[in-house]
Amino acid sequence: METFIRNSGAVNVGPIERMVSVAAGGVLLARGLRHRSTMGAVLAFAGADLLYRGTTGRSYLYQLLGVSSVPRKNERTPLIYRQGIRVDHAITINKPAAELYQFWRQFENLPTFMDHVLAVRITDATHSHWIARGPGGSRIEWDAEITADVPNQMIGWRSLPGSEVATAGSVYFRPAPGGRGTEVKVEMQYLPPGGILTALFAKLFGEEPEQQIREDLRHFKQMMETGEIPTTEGQPVGPSMVESSRGWQVREREAREARTRMPGTEEAA
Amino acid sequence: MKAACWYGTEDVRVETVSDPAILNPRDAIVKVTRAAICGSDLHLYGGYIPGMKHGDILGHEFMGEVVEVGKSNGLRVGDRVVVPFAISCGNCYYCQQGLWPACDNSNPNAWIVEKMYGYSAGGLFGYSHLFGGYAGGQAQYVRVPFSDVGPLKVPDSLTDEQALFLSDILPTGYMAAENCNIKNGDVIAVWGCGPVGQFAIKSAFMLGAERVIALDRFPSRLRLAQQQGAQPLNYEEVDALDMLRELTGGRGPDACIDAVGMEAHGTDLVAMYDHAKQTLHLETDRPMALRQAIQACRKGGTVSIPGVYTGFIDKFPIGAAFGKGLTFKMGQTLVHKYMRPLLERIERGEIDPSFVISHRLTLEEAPQAYRMFQQKRDECMKVVLDPWTAPVYNTAVA
Repeated sequence: METFIRNSGAVNVGPIERMVSVAAGGVLLARGLRHRSTMGAVLAFAGADLLYRGTTGRSYLYQLLGVSSVPRKNERTPLIYRQGIRVDHAITINKPAAELYQFWRQFENLPTFMDHVLAVRITDATHSHWIARGPGGSRIEWDAEITADVPNQMIGWRSLPGSEVATAGSVYFRPAPGGRGTEVKVEMQYLPPGGILTALFAKLFGEEPEQQIREDLRHFKQMMETGEIPTTEGQPVGPSMVESSRGWQVREREAREARTRMPGTEEAA
Repeated sequence: MKAACWYGTEDVRVETVSDPAILNPRDAIVKVTRAAICGSDLHLYGGYIPGMKHGDILGHEFMGEVVEVGKSNGLRVGDRVVVPFAISCGNCYYCQQGLWPACDNSNPNAWIVEKMYGYSAGGLFGYSHLFGGYAGGQAQYVRVPFSDVGPLKVPDSLTDEQALFLSDILPTGYMAAENCNIKNGDVIAVWGCGPVGQFAIKSAFMLGAERVIALDRFPSRLRLAQQQGAQPLNYEEVDALDMLRELTGGRGPDACIDAVGMEAHGTDLVAMYDHAKQTLHLETDRPMALRQAIQACRKGGTVSIPGVYTGFIDKFPIGAAFGKGLTFKMGQTLVHKYMRPLLERIERGEIDPSFVISHRLTLEEAPQAYRMFQQKRDECMKVVLDPWTAPVYNTAVA
């Protein structure tokens, strides 16, 4: 996963705000440099940051929060270049490109292997409505349109403005050399609701977008090659340590430990 | 049903668990008639393999009768089958190339192994969550995924004990010998005279070896190797490298088979060093047998490794291997490839694999069986478990 939270990001500060930033930054820097104290250093640093933000038009904070004060020229482009999360992943599937393309192009099929996508409804030839599980068990919906469609080779899509999640991506189907099947490559970029901070927060709780997309592609491969997705969910397993046949030893040890922790008992000595 | 479950290092318990159910269209449920404990199960028992969870059902050597099949399946209820330990989909590039255990699709936890190995091999029965976390066959019933690919129907003319080892150790020993690319006049040295070593010895002769030298430290195992026609060499009594040189007219064995793997034993200082490092978790595998095999092998020879390794080793003599231009052959056995031809050899009477069995016990006795096998007590060589009879306790195994 690449999260573009460094200053290499796109301009996300509007023109008026940039002018204000330059003016305020200049004043702070000048005042900070006059006072040779801790306070002066803080002021100078804040001033320098504002100056940077004003002159380059890039704000690290805005990027973290996933916001921008740049007026949108083209409302059809929901994603600002290099903003959000980008995932690239490739997998080789032992099936012809045409078969894979056709299965993918029927978007209603996608929930069978995309863990987070709950349902896809086709609204017209190029538009569809998506419902997915979001970070922290939330539910997100968006409308998407097909931006490119080359039969048996690639599909491109992006979400429409006003969606809860801004996403764009493409999938390519290219024959692998020597009869090894088809190389399927997904390039995806998205800005989750709440910005990158939310995504980083979700990552803390084990919801990592790159891992999800890798597993989705693996499930796509399993589905296409074998007709099923291997699982062990629902298979038998022995009872827990405490409930198992020798659990009395565990229970006894736990009881003993509990008694030792209690002051005043004989075993505490 | 009853099943042998793992609860920690040297802690196997027989528990009552729910019966397995069909989870996918290509699944089958097999009523287990015989299951065996494998030497590689001892790596799990000893706590050397990561990714085990409390309650995991053990066992990857089993056979039985199909009692239920999923929607799309080549098997029929009532079929008597022996099941390969590796789970293979039959559709991916690797399965189609005949590299069955390298299956791309059968390990639901492939991402964990990818972090360790770069790419993941397929799933295995009862062999930790690294290899799929599939419930194993030391149980009364077992769910067999992709059952249209792996299980082999067993003719009525063969007994369970004759067919059972097609699931793993017979193909493993055979492939170890085949990997030696045996030519006229070749001398093969086999480290480890457990069941896989015994089958490797037998197979080396079947494939035309001139002589086989068998190394171990247990007299009973060396005796059995001798009965197969091998020359026994007890490495605790003589210097193995000197003796191998002497027995091969100073040339060294043409091929060396390491049928020991990651829990090897040794007599020298380096062996003590490996024991210490493994105990301190500074090294996952103890490669004494492998080092000796590399050292002993003649120039341009082959080192064939059926013994299991899972992690990292120290002091690998790459210089000796490079200097002598050795060929290394290793990996999980291509069971699917060898099952049928070996079944035919059994039918023709060329080999009766049941000669390795030392103990016939019930599933209920699995905990004692594991302990006995680990400690090599009572000349334990191979334990076969019957999941359906009540135990008749005898003091020898308790």
